Amino acid sequence: MKKTGAEIFIECLTKEGVQVIFGYPGGAVLPLYDILFKTHIRHILVRHEQGAVHAADGYARATGKVGVCLVTSGPGATNTVTGIATAYMDSIPIVVFTGQVPTAMIGNDAFQEADIVGITRPCTKHSYLVKDANNLATVIREAFYIASTGKPGPVLVDIPKDVMTASAAFKYPEKVHVRGYQPTYEGHIGQIKKVADAMAMSQKPLLFIGGGIISSSASNELLELSEATHIPVTTTLMGLGGFPSNHPLSLGMCGMHGTYTSNMSLTNTDLIIGIGARFDDRVTGKVDEFAAGAKVIHIDIDPTSIGKNVIAHIPIVGDAKDILKKLISMIKKEKVNWKKKHHEWLTQIEEWKGKHPIAYKQSKKVIKPQFVIEQIYEVTKGDAIITTEVGQNQMWTAQYYKFKKPRTLITSGGLGTMGYGFPAAIGAQVAFPNKIIFDIAGDGSIQMNIQELATAVQYRLPVKVAILNNCFLGMVRQWQELFYDRRYSYTCLESHPDFVKLAEAYGAVGLRAEHPDDVKKVLKEAIKTPKPVLIDFIVDREENVYPMVPAGAPISKMLLV
Amino acid sequence: MRHTISVLVENKFGVLSRIAGLFSGRGFNIESLSVAESLDPKVSRMTVVTRGDDKVIEQVTKQLNKLVDVIKVIDHTEEKFVDRELALIKVNAEPQLREEILRITEIFRGKVVDVSPKTYTVEVTGDEEKVDAFIEMVKPLGVKEIARTGRIAMSRGSKALTT
Ligand SMILES: Cc1ncc(C[n+]2csc(CCOP(=O)(O)OP(=O)(O)O)c2C)c(N)n1
Repeated sequence: MKKTGAEIFIECLTKEGVQVIFGYPGGAVLPLYDILFKTHIRHILVRHEQGAVHAADGYARATGKVGVCLVTSGPGATNTVTGIATAYMDSIPIVVFTGQVPTAMIGNDAFQEADIVGITRPCTKHSYLVKDANNLATVIREAFYIASTGKPGPVLVDIPKDVMTASAAFKYPEKVHVRGYQPTYEGHIGQIKKVADAMAMSQKPLLFIGGGIISSSASNELLELSEATHIPVTTTLMGLGGFPSNHPLSLGMCGMHGTYTSNMSLTNTDLIIGIGARFDDRVTGKVDEFAAGAKVIHIDIDPTSIGKNVIAHIPIVGDAKDILKKLISMIKKEKVNWKKKHHEWLTQIEEWKGKHPIAYKQSKKVIKPQFVIEQIYEVTKGDAIITTEVGQNQMWTAQYYKFKKPRTLITSGGLGTMGYGFPAAIGAQVAFPNKIIFDIAGDGSIQMNIQELATAVQYRLPVKVAILNNCFLGMVRQWQELFYDRRYSYTCLESHPDFVKLAEAYGAVGLRAEHPDDVKKVLKEAIKTPKPVLIDFIVDREENVYPMVPAGAPISKMLLV
Repeated sequence: MRHTISVLVENKFGVLSRIAGLFSGRGFNIESLSVAESLDPKVSRMTVVTRGDDKVIEQVTKQLNKLVDVIKVIDHTEEKFVDRELALIKVNAEPQLREEILRITEIFRGKVVDVSPKTYTVEVTGDEEKVDAFIEMVKPLGVKEIARTGRIAMSRGSKALTT
């Protein structure tokens, strides 16, 4: 049957089960918008294309489904780049559709032409320029397949305007086969056996968990393995939520702002069981001294992350869930008294926990930012979905909100994108209209995508934003304080809008707390309010994030409070 | 160490820039690159010569494999293989030099493929060393221009690299 490109687009999205698109129109996507007008697929009109991509990404992280966005050519497309790079670094499945000038004009520097496939090549998992409407269905099918399988990631589909209006024979391709793309899911059984043996031999093993546990939905298996073997768990920023933070075997986050216990455990362990983590520099610190005495097991779906930063003694390529299941059944056959074997190690760990827990000095006069996060945890009973911006706000959230379940922390880990958290919260709220969604923000970051307040108001998305307002680009200021003799070069935000009035101007609700006694009250009020709420917490201006490992130092060398 | 890597890729728009971008973006070096259609017109074959320690080369091959349009990657350095280059060399061919050029060309089993009153264009094939050696021999006579293809390679024996 013949259909127009635009019709094919909608048919394919429907087949993929897409319920919502985050987008922003323009000349080159008019035919797609015209058809969207008549369909059941929901479209959320953002106020900046970067917001559309972050929202689609937040939606994807909250649900595990593919997030979708649609923007016009040229500036619409280039505005998506930061969003795409953010999703790429954290392996988030999104498909970005960009309009393009008509095929005959490509390459002529036509009005609003940008080579977006070229521009995004290094930050997409794959990309397509569709030059013929006859290929559109196959491309869309492949795009969703590639975005969501293997190690997930963003895929860009660039569609020239004439392809949207051309008619083509349409048959939905039920099967996808991309010969150059065959992700390995099943872990090699011989290698898994080696892991089981290494675990049985080890005196001081440690599970080291990254975001892969979450994308593979393997947190139940992880919990089972950890409990069965009494092996403690440390996580990267991306792994938070993959293992319950309040579990006795949880050591919290590791790395630059990780817990003392996590970093000491990583330094002293004899066996690292790394799952779905990249061993990146924020985690390893000085890599030569990282886990020097340990045997390293590295389980990852992406062969390129294995052996990239740290040598893996037992590498396994595959899906974490599949491998953990097999590992658990092998472990059950081992005749080891795990509890007894790890008794000494766990005693040592308890000692570390007792000696240097994550802590700050409470104040009766000024609001401590850490206190705000503890209070958010309390009033939401740990059941909210939390997004963050980037900087101190992000690290305090990681340290003080006790994430219990996967997909409850949504944060830009790899790229560290300021301005991410708020649109991501909008995406998560679209997915879960009845959940409490908090964006924990800095006063700098929130202003990078503040325009999305209009989106939240328009679609009645009752997202809460907690601004930890220190009138500084706090994290950068912290580095200047510690490593540049307090020369606060351009990190003081001397002029701010009145955030309460700003929220009101957008039609949202603005609240402010200036005293520790007000924190809980304001939070409760925010939660009661069925509207977007922006809360301006005036916090201790020069509070620092501790522990901290200075860049390039081994992770055992932490600056403590 | 130097590695010669053959890569089968989808013969699609933009594939070359994906490969080139991978090398430049990750700081891998390319000493030479040659690309053309393979037996199957839907597939191109690339030969990349690159340099790096084992860790770098492991990343190069893994990263190549990770590209969706890459179908197969083999590093010939781990096996026996043959490799060739082709060069066109435009040499000064004043009458008194012609005899010498022809003699050298003969020794290298090259071919004169174009003549003009003042120049000969010689085609030479062989491994890189042979092509280098030829160029060194004719340089004193005055080389005006050279064009080289970069290396192509194939495993020895009956094993074939196909999709
Ligand atoms: C888009 C972008 N620009 C610059 C940076 C560098 N950077 C990292 S943290 C930070 C300060 C963030 O300030 P704020 O949002 O107020 O948060 P705080 O650290 O005070 O909690 C900056 C500028 C970044 N991560 N992202």
